[in-house]
Amino acid sequence: MTLPQLQELREIEDKARKELAAVSDEEALESWRITHLGRRSRLNLLLRGLASLPLDERRQVGETANRLRSQLEEDLSQRQAQLSEAAVTAAVESGRLDVTLPGRPLAMGRLHPVTQVLRDILAAFVSMGFQVVEGPEVEWDYYNFEAVRIPKDHPARDMWDTLWIDYARNEEYPMLLRTHTSPMQIRVMEQMQPPVRIVSPGKCYRHEATDPTHEWMHTQVEGLAVDENISMADLKGTLYEFARRLFGRERRVRFRCDYFPFVEPGADMSIDCPLCEGQGCRACGNSGWIEILGAGMVHPEVLTNVGYDAERYTGFAFGLGVERVAMLRHGIEDIRLFYANDLRFLEQF
Amino acid sequence: MKVPLKWLREYVDISLSTSELARRLTMAGTEVDAILTTGRDWEKISVAEVVDVSPHPTADRLRLTTVDLGGEQMTVVCGAPNVAAGQKVAFARVGAELIDGHSGEPAILKAAKIRGVESAGMVCSEKELGLSDSHESILVLPEDAPVGTPLGEYLGDTIFDLDITPNRPDCMSVLGIAREVAALSGGSVREPPGDYEEQGRPIKGRLSVEIVDRDLCPRYCAALIEGVQIGPSPPWMQECLLAAGVRPISNVVDITNYVMLEVGQPLHAFDFSLISDRKIVVRRARPGEVLMTLDGTERPLNNDALVIADAKEAVAVAGLMGGAASEVTEKTTAILLEAANFNPANIRRTSTTLKLRTDASARFEKGLSPELAMVGIRRAVRLMVELAGGRAAEGIIDVYPGKKRITRITVTQERLRRILGLQLPTLQVRQTLTSLGFGCRWVPPDRYVVRVPYWRTDVSIPDDVAEELARIIGYDELPITTLRGAIPPAQPQPSRELRERVKDILAAAGMQEVIAYSLTNLESLTKVLPPEELRERPPLRVANPMSQQQEYLRTTLRASLLGTLSSNLRHRQGRIALFEVARAYLPRPDELPQEMESLAGVVTGDRPDRWGQPTGEPVALYDAKAYLEFLFDRLGLTVTYHDGEEFTLVPGRTAEVRLDDQRVGLVGQVHPRVAAAFDIEQDVYLFEVNLEAVVPQVGKPRLYQPLSRFPAVEEDIAIVVDEGVTAAQVQAIIEAFPLVQRAVLFDVYTEAPVPKGKKSLAYSVAYQSLEHTLSEAEVNRERRRILDRLKGQVGAVLRS
Ligand SMILES: [Zn+2]
Repeated sequence: MTLPQLQELREIEDKARKELAAVSDEEALESWRITHLGRRSRLNLLLRGLASLPLDERRQVGETANRLRSQLEEDLSQRQAQLSEAAVTAAVESGRLDVTLPGRPLAMGRLHPVTQVLRDILAAFVSMGFQVVEGPEVEWDYYNFEAVRIPKDHPARDMWDTLWIDYARNEEYPMLLRTHTSPMQIRVMEQMQPPVRIVSPGKCYRHEATDPTHEWMHTQVEGLAVDENISMADLKGTLYEFARRLFGRERRVRFRCDYFPFVEPGADMSIDCPLCEGQGCRACGNSGWIEILGAGMVHPEVLTNVGYDAERYTGFAFGLGVERVAMLRHGIEDIRLFYANDLRFLEQF
Repeated sequence: MKVPLKWLREYVDISLSTSELARRLTMAGTEVDAILTTGRDWEKISVAEVVDVSPHPTADRLRLTTVDLGGEQMTVVCGAPNVAAGQKVAFARVGAELIDGHSGEPAILKAAKIRGVESAGMVCSEKELGLSDSHESILVLPEDAPVGTPLGEYLGDTIFDLDITPNRPDCMSVLGIAREVAALSGGSVREPPGDYEEQGRPIKGRLSVEIVDRDLCPRYCAALIEGVQIGPSPPWMQECLLAAGVRPISNVVDITNYVMLEVGQPLHAFDFSLISDRKIVVRRARPGEVLMTLDGTERPLNNDALVIADAKEAVAVAGLMGGAASEVTEKTTAILLEAANFNPANIRRTSTTLKLRTDASARFEKGLSPELAMVGIRRAVRLMVELAGGRAAEGIIDVYPGKKRITRITVTQERLRRILGLQLPTLQVRQTLTSLGFGCRWVPPDRYVVRVPYWRTDVSIPDDVAEELARIIGYDELPITTLRGAIPPAQPQPSRELRERVKDILAAAGMQEVIAYSLTNLESLTKVLPPEELRERPPLRVANPMSQQQEYLRTTLRASLLGTLSSNLRHRQGRIALFEVARAYLPRPDELPQEMESLAGVVTGDRPDRWGQPTGEPVALYDAKAYLEFLFDRLGLTVTYHDGEEFTLVPGRTAEVRLDDQRVGLVGQVHPRVAAAFDIEQDVYLFEVNLEAVVPQVGKPRLYQPLSRFPAVEEDIAIVVDEGVTAAQVQAIIEAFPLVQRAVLFDVYTEAPVPKGKKSLAYSVAYQSLEHTLSEAEVNRERRRILDRLKGQVGAVLRS
């Protein structure tokens, strides 16, 4: 025969299981717990009543009741997990967003494109051991011209139309806005002994009418390396590496003879036109090549001018226009855009 | 410099294609700027020979002209007076495009009946071919013109437009380019002949030449040609001149121009009969001396100018231009021909002073060889004898005080290797130099002695020789190596580093960097600087400004920044925040100016909403200040803000920024009057920082504050103070207490119930100790002390 308590346990179990299946939220689950597992639940009351039973019945009913209790507790926690999972899913489902809406705007600032390109140029040289130094934009005629072998009445002065400062001394104007960064060659070498390896960026000025390819204020980077045993091969290697870092590994470069009074031999470097891949276009004058810098071996007289031993030391120097590099890189066709500072232009970089 | 290839071929055989020739010249230093072609579109026009000219049956002024086109003959009607049998002419067939002789417009030639005679073609004038305006007569081609050849092939030419660098005056001549071509293509140069028969009487005794200022005239050569007939120069010479861009004038003048373009020596022809006393004096101009030059301009000459004078007066500005009074005219029969050499710097100075640049001065100022004078004059005399029917006097007067020895340079193999980075074989060195006209002798064991040809005035040191070798062999042939050797120790660059950091920080804060011109106008500076400052420390002025807009070096970035803002406001709404880091140029007596690294920023417009659109809530002083706070925080610097005053800014809305009690900048609202001067109608806030003053403070590391293991007690304290008490004062008092770990202002309130003239400040204060958990009693005690001190120092009462 079956004990009536065991019969009751079966009823408790059936009822609890059935009700648990119907529970659909945390609140209902809590009241289910109180009903079926709480202090006043039938199961609990039954367990408390066990004491009045004979020992062997007590053991039999007790074991069954405790097993049921832990089963129901496990059911409860399972149900709880299911419910919270469902709640998370529901919350996520109802929280769908249009992910194509624009982000909440941050105030977005930018560096001027000339600053950006200049930094890349300098970084390329710094990684090759060059140091960055800077100097004055308002210069003496001596540094800008005389010391770099462009004396007064030299025809090469035509290459640099000059803005002179209104400051006369002995009926001459000795002060000017530097026309190039080359005076920094002299200033640097006056300050230090070889080995020298510097790049010097800065603004330069020309007395020049402006058009899409000419601007009276522009930014240059001068480079100078002086040591024992520096040759044109080093010049080529350094500038070749620079061009590839800035314009891509696949770029080809070309060196040709050119004239600057402060170098001998003189050279300029072109890269194959990145716009037409060297096929010839308007930007490169159909030549397929675009000149990007002037260079050469430092003229022995320049070394002598700063007290270096020109027999012992040789070196190379170069100068390049930052705007020109920026124009090539971004396909800009009018140099005047840089210093017009139109936000519609600046915000593109 | 324009060099027609046909002309070039007279002196050198060209074995290369046009494009390859252009490439090699460019690579070797003579840049081919452009390759021009002429006469390529003369379709259906060819060289023909006139075989018969007979009268037109019904018209007196027309002739029936029969031409041979090379096997085929055609008869057309021709109205030109100069047509004659035996001439070589340009003949156009029906369908050719010609310039109409009357209208000047291009038109297609059609078959026509002229006065009853069928005419299917035309003998062309220069105008009809588009060569010149001459239409009266037909173009007569040289006798050797090949019959039947398309005219484009015969007359057309390729012209190199060359960019000659200032060190190579020798390349400002067709012969000079021929020398380059020969060296680059392995050819040899044919020098133009300069010999002639001296049929006239000796020049000696009939002309005297004296050089007074020998420092300015190393050489003066003079020749005499008599019995000259002035007329047009032959077509071949005109063709050369036209192709080179020089207008033909007369045989004598054309010859001087031709020889200048051919060998590079400028020449001048005087009418000998107009030279007073048959005497040439080369001297500096006399005080007040004035000369009317060939171009009809009266030119006052200063004492530095060199003139060619006769016994009475100046007849030419040396090396620049001849005088009108001694000009060769149609009546001239005796020519005094000058080929001289002048001091380059002096020519350049006079050219600059007179604002006169000529083909001659462009050559002299670059330093021609005096040796060239004799080459040029002989060549020109020969051509005058040949083409102008002259008799050359016996001998040439040659005054040559500046004769120099031939330049010889000793070049060691080691020097070449050090410059070029490779060891050239002796044979290659000698061959290359010889191809350029240099002499080269190998002196064992290790050096060359190089003799420089007279025309290469630019070569004087071993490194020049290295360049000659490199450019002819090709720079591309030199090896490529990377720098070896020690990398010099790095010098600190604090100013530059700070500047770049400032740019990064402000861009990260949402500001746009701008870069404006360093030169500005006085008017803009006047808008932002007090008059007394401009008076006492006037900005540097450019002596030769391009325009008044770019006349003064800016002493502040303010003006250009406001200008930039103004121009952008024309097409931009909403918040704009701009900054510039650049130099201000502060004059110093008799010294270069101080170039002070400065920062300026402006903010204006409405704050943006969630969509970035303007909200209608304009930015305020505190938006501008936020950028400075962000900047100094990132730089690790603690600055303080104090009431400030500045010309450009609104009083009471201006703060001075101090670092260690030193003023390093300011921030404030731009005075509406100033803004209006820049056409800005809205509120603008501006800040400025003198970066030079900040540099010494940057780079000190911040000291770490230990974190307490014990809990903090947080509470709000609101106090009421007079309006005049500043937040900074209150903050400083609260933060001075040892248990106050942090005090954050979170509200400022001035409405009722706060009494008029007072304000309420609310702080969230955190108390914390590093040693223990604070008791309530400790916190209460600390708060009481804070309130006591606030009351004592700024009259604060606790807001109930
Ligand atoms: Zn291209």
